[in-house]
Amino acid sequence: MEHQAVTPEITFPHAPSSDNVKRIWKTFWVLLIITIIELGLGLLLYALNLPDDLRRLLIKGIIIILSLAKAYFIVSIFMHLGDEIRNLIMTIVIPLMLFIWFILAFILDGNSYKNLRNRYDKHFKESTMPANKQQKDTFVIKPGGKE
Amino acid sequence: MATTATTHQTQWWSGGKSPFNVEYGKLMMWYFLMSDAFTFSAFLISYGSIRFSQNYWPNPSVVFNTFPGAGEANLPLAFVSVMTFILIMSSVTMVMAVHEGHHGNRKGVVKWLAWTIVGGFAFLGCQAWEWHHLITGEHAVLVNGKIEEWGQNMTHNPWGSVIEGVVYNGHHVSKPGPVAFGGYFFGITGFHGFHVFSGVIINIIMLVMAQKGVFDRKGHYLMIEKAGLYWHFVDLVWVFVFLCFYLI
Repeated sequence: MEHQAVTPEITFPHAPSSDNVKRIWKTFWVLLIITIIELGLGLLLYALNLPDDLRRLLIKGIIIILSLAKAYFIVSIFMHLGDEIRNLIMTIVIPLMLFIWFILAFILDGNSYKNLRNRYDKHFKESTMPANKQQKDTFVIKPGGKE
Repeated sequence: MATTATTHQTQWWSGGKSPFNVEYGKLMMWYFLMSDAFTFSAFLISYGSIRFSQNYWPNPSVVFNTFPGAGEANLPLAFVSVMTFILIMSSVTMVMAVHEGHHGNRKGVVKWLAWTIVGGFAFLGCQAWEWHHLITGEHAVLVNGKIEEWGQNMTHNPWGSVIEGVVYNGHHVSKPGPVAFGGYFFGITGFHGFHVFSGVIINIIMLVMAQKGVFDRKGHYLMIEKAGLYWHFVDLVWVFVFLCFYLI
């Protein structure tokens, strides 16, 4: 396989193997199948119309994991990050660890804000809570609370 | 494999060579994409934070249930799966263009880049239809005891919880939904759409340069690789936009 002359920064070329095209199409099929499964699960969520319980969370969790798998395939195969040397992979991947904190902190903060508002702002609770949920939630007023 | 053997012998950090074994431009493209990933995730996480702070959030399968030409048929997720397919497909054509570039095959690069541009425009067209459909839609909403017909925009959200037992012109009537929905949807898909648009422009420039033989004279097609990285990143972001707005 003849290779193009490259810049002096590159010590050795990332020899693309001859079955590269096969790998690209294989990745395409993997991505397509994952997307179809995701759509199926999304439609399942719609069809089952589950209340906010564990089963719903489980399906959503599976969809999120499948999306992360898709992201892995795109970055590793299509963007060829998997073919780079380890030094480069690490400088890209390690900063992304911040997302673990980033996502958890802000989602939990939003959730906490909701709980506080439901507790102290009756108008918010009554005007935004869907009807089917309102009867289920019993409200505990703690002594010393503002209400 | 010969390359792995070389890796062990090469003293990457003893000076005289790039420890990352990539040219400067490509490395900087990677770091730009990393910072762009943080920008997008800041938007998406902010959306998640607001969504978790609400008692009610519209169900995406109810909001996005139309298909061009299908009238009022209830087809949840159908159109967005077409958009997703277009973007995955254009990612494949882009990676094929990069692959042809490795072999210095100008005709192949031009062919696959052209298909990628077609895919980009198709995606943008779909998004334009979807936005137009959302903004100009008319959905019955009960506001202060009166029924109004709202589209989805930055200040109105017609997808609140459905009011049981009320029917207007054969359609159910909703309460007003959380206003933040529109801002986040148009803001984030718009920012993504802008990335797609600039990606298409970059690809067109690459196509013209390849056609003129600029890369043949340079002796390498590394520019195509960098444009490809950007294009795949746009596809990558769509995976998460699709996840956050349409699926869950």
